Amino acid sequence: METFLLFISAIFVNNIVLAQYLGNCPYLGCSKEKGVAFGMGAAVIFVTIMATLFTYLIQAHVLIPFHLAYLQTIVFILVIAALVQFVEMFLKKMVPPLYKSLGIFLPLITTNCAVLGVAILVQRKEYDLVTSVLYAVAAAAGFLLALILMAGIRERFEITRIPRSMRGVPIGLVMAGLMSLAFMAFKGMIA
Amino acid sequence: MITASVVTLFSLGFVSAGVLAIASKVLYVEEDPRIEVVTEALPGANCGGCGFAGCEAYAAAVINDPDMPPNKCCAGGPDVAARVAELTGKAAGDSDPQVAFRRCVKVEGKVAKKFEYFGIMSCAAAKMVQDGPDACKYSCLGFGDCVRSCPFDAMWIEGDLVHISPEKCTSCGTCVRTCPNSILELIPRRARVQVFCSSQDKGKAVKDVCEAGCISCGACIKKCPAQCISTVDERIVIDHKACLAYGPSCEEVCVEKCPRNILRCLNPDMISAAPETEPATYPEESHVADLQA
Repeated sequence: METFLLFISAIFVNNIVLAQYLGNCPYLGCSKEKGVAFGMGAAVIFVTIMATLFTYLIQAHVLIPFHLAYLQTIVFILVIAALVQFVEMFLKKMVPPLYKSLGIFLPLITTNCAVLGVAILVQRKEYDLVTSVLYAVAAAAGFLLALILMAGIRERFEITRIPRSMRGVPIGLVMAGLMSLAFMAFKGMIA
Repeated sequence: MITASVVTLFSLGFVSAGVLAIASKVLYVEEDPRIEVVTEALPGANCGGCGFAGCEAYAAAVINDPDMPPNKCCAGGPDVAARVAELTGKAAGDSDPQVAFRRCVKVEGKVAKKFEYFGIMSCAAAKMVQDGPDACKYSCLGFGDCVRSCPFDAMWIEGDLVHISPEKCTSCGTCVRTCPNSILELIPRRARVQVFCSSQDKGKAVKDVCEAGCISCGACIKKCPAQCISTVDERIVIDHKACLAYGPSCEEVCVEKCPRNILRCLNPDMISAAPETEPATYPEESHVADLQA
């Protein structure tokens, strides 16, 4: 039951994009087509899980024993960037089909704040390792959901009459705001 | 404190760099240098006519897959096919050049307007409003989505219908994928008979809206000695390969038997003729009559 609540909380109530405003760059950049949105979302799920796992271990076995918790942010950035590079090389060699579908998105995620955000949030909430990874899955799934919803709406924009001054990024930002507002309706359901 | 931070970050960075350096050696993927050469030989239009995402994807496929023919690039034509064949050491094979063709003559058929459309000037948008403003819902809508999609500038709108310049058309198929009514199709340039209607409706429904529409009488299907005419999705489809293989001994009996003049015989030279003589896809009645005689 707790796992279920964790998922509902991370996907809807505290959606990483729409309620915590992390990862807005790929949210607006990769949401022009549903296919691209799905690829990006899948890549984020994959990287978030890996990054959370690694940063958790680094935090528990390096930073805390040596009393260096104040280096958290910079160390996490370093670890995530190196990890994404490694994963990209690994996939290219070992799992070419997965590399083909995720490959072009991986370099974009290197410095994605949603990934770093999840890694830091699980530390702040003091989850254990299993809960952290589950939270990472759920938060990244929430990212995927937001991205696909946005892509669906933006595909409709293509055939909608929009005032010239609002076309493109402006209407995208307005839409992002409205979607965020809609997700605010979940607030208070679960902490 | 400063020492500890610097040492930690330095060592973490050093370890990461070391791991990545080793990984880049261990996990190095060898890429065939020929891929780059072939990519440069291709036109670089990334039109997708070959069925791949772009020129580079096709180049990789043609190098890596021994069964992939070197003549898939329709935009480049025989010259590029020969060059790719030479680079990959494959037999060039003969590619049958194709051309985009419009299956609609709504002007000739005097298709009326159901309503006046004032929306966005795009076929896809017009199609969403009651299947478009034309009385026939399978007609060429004439808003030119295909014209805008054409990477080779080979199409234009004239008299509410799209026209194709056979000279410029490279049969990449972009327009075929764009058309919301599936009016456009790729046919061999030397196709003997073309179908000029894409309606999926039956007799009366077609007669009511168009004077030149296919009423699905099936006369052509029954009469074709090579049995290369059939219906797919309620539309007449000619198997051009079988038709060309059978040759002219049938004397185009299908054209003769069609009561609605849907099947027409175009002089193969006309399809590849210069665009000034334009009616490549839109023959005059007299021309058709001559061929039938």
